[in-house]
Amino acid sequence: MGIVEWAIDPWGQSVPIHIAWFLIWVSVIAGLLFLIVHAIYVMYFAKEKQFAGDASPAIIAKIPKRVPRHSLVARLFHWIMAASMFTLLFTAFLPKVGVQFNWVTYHWIAGAVLTVSILFHIVHASFWLDFWSIWPDLTDLEDAQRRVRRFFGISAPPPRKFAKYPLENKLFHGVIILCGLSVILTGVFMMSRVRTIFFPRNPYLFSDMTWGLMYVLHGLAGVGLIALVMMHVYMGLRPEKRAITKSMIFGWMDRDFVLKEHDPERWAVETGSSSTPK
Amino acid sequence: MAVIRDVMAAFELYQPSSVADAQKLLEEHGSDAWVLAGGLDSFDWLKDRIKKPKAVVDLSGIEELRGVRTTGDGIEIGAMTTLTEVVNHPVVKQKYGLLTQAAELVASPQIRNQGTIGGNVSQDTRCWYYRGGWPCYRAGGNICYADTPEGRNREHAILHAERCVAVNPSDTAPALIALDAKFVLRTRKGERVVDAEDYFIGPDIDITRLHILEPGDLLTSIRIPSTWAGAQFYFEKIRDRNVWDFPLMNVASAMVTSGDSIERIRIAVNGAAARPLRLKAVEDAVRGKPRSAATGEMAGKLAVQGSVPLQFNAYKIPLMRNLVKRAIGGVEEAIWAS
Repeated sequence: MGIVEWAIDPWGQSVPIHIAWFLIWVSVIAGLLFLIVHAIYVMYFAKEKQFAGDASPAIIAKIPKRVPRHSLVARLFHWIMAASMFTLLFTAFLPKVGVQFNWVTYHWIAGAVLTVSILFHIVHASFWLDFWSIWPDLTDLEDAQRRVRRFFGISAPPPRKFAKYPLENKLFHGVIILCGLSVILTGVFMMSRVRTIFFPRNPYLFSDMTWGLMYVLHGLAGVGLIALVMMHVYMGLRPEKRAITKSMIFGWMDRDFVLKEHDPERWAVETGSSSTPK
Repeated sequence: MAVIRDVMAAFELYQPSSVADAQKLLEEHGSDAWVLAGGLDSFDWLKDRIKKPKAVVDLSGIEELRGVRTTGDGIEIGAMTTLTEVVNHPVVKQKYGLLTQAAELVASPQIRNQGTIGGNVSQDTRCWYYRGGWPCYRAGGNICYADTPEGRNREHAILHAERCVAVNPSDTAPALIALDAKFVLRTRKGERVVDAEDYFIGPDIDITRLHILEPGDLLTSIRIPSTWAGAQFYFEKIRDRNVWDFPLMNVASAMVTSGDSIERIRIAVNGAAARPLRLKAVEDAVRGKPRSAATGEMAGKLAVQGSVPLQFNAYKIPLMRNLVKRAIGGVEEAIWAS
């Protein structure tokens, strides 16, 4: 049983046509396994987080009671993207598991919304936000190494507190970028195969082999997103992550949570009159 | 794409003698099973080796699926009743002449002797890209070869195309919709009765089949209520060869008039989309109007709203408009003012 389904095109060439649909269940099961394993880990094995020393009192004194984390625009982007992502996943995969409905139109509309919102996000994050705050830096990698060593009982100094985003968030964002851009880039071309308001139909834009590979990449990234979205929603619902989830709704974090887990010297917190150093 | 028309791929042949046995076999084999009625559509697929089922369930030995029975409210036609039997049945002729007209225009006498009404409404599309075994959407692939600038799509859909542009080829289907027939299915959950128009689905719902039958399901009979018995019927089929051919398009209507005005009407066309279309908007628009050329012209224009022609089938738009006009205004009235 392969992960790709093949067919013979009219020219006698063996071409991939799409992924094997059992991968939907592989992704769902992988997502569920992650949830279960993580929940067990947190409940029975995880040790309390330990961080290296606090920032200087002068900087701490400047931290407001509510620390701004996500602007209204950033939050709107996140929820629009979430709505379009859920629509895309449900319209893509429900028909494959037996729930029949007119899915194509909703799928390409949601895809168009996702594409526009991602383009907006790239511009917004590049010019209006701290672009590098979501990318892992050297400190993240060193701290990750420290945490792993300490978990296995090997001597290592405590990791420093996080910058604006923990390493896990940054890595998740990176994987989402890979999957998201894969489905978007292939999806935009695939729109030329259905009737939309954007392009005249041209199913011969690429060769059958190229189209096939495009469908396979779209499918692989799509089923990958099932597990990724499950993990993301699960993390957003976990009690210890509630402050992060709340900040995506209300835009701010409690000062106590920021001081407990984040390093104001690594996260330029807006204080009204000035910012703490990065 | 080798097409082999000599020997079918091997399969297990089952010949049940009751509906219960047939259903048990279909449930047992699921999507590996193929339902064989008259065999006229089936043997194309099997001999071309495009479809290679592991098990074929031949319904020809099930007596309870045969014959036309009168009921308290109309008639019930067994799914395995041949089209010739339907055409020659006196009650069908007398009260439901629309079905007689439609069934009589199916293919040739030899085919009508063998073909069944259940098979006629459940047959697959004639799109030659699909039947040629090419990996199109309907065959589980990712392209419609007919909906391309170079695609040969003269016979294909002008309405409700969604990736696939194939059309339903049944002649009896629009007649049964116009007669408000009910299709009786045996499913895993028991008996299910659906309106004729709901038996058919388009590619927007499921691109790989033309009807709602799931693996394991069986169409057992078609019930025609007496609601439209003896109404004024109109059936017209347009085809390339009048000797015998699949429809380019057909229209069926059942109408009850009061004086000059249309009191009740049901009208359906086939060959315009992947499923036979009941034209509800047309029915609503002409109800209460005089049965005239003007009403027919208005109905024809309304019927084709939203149609999108492909490269080679734009002729279907005036064809459908005119068929609807004739079905409502009558043939002699169907001369277009413009």
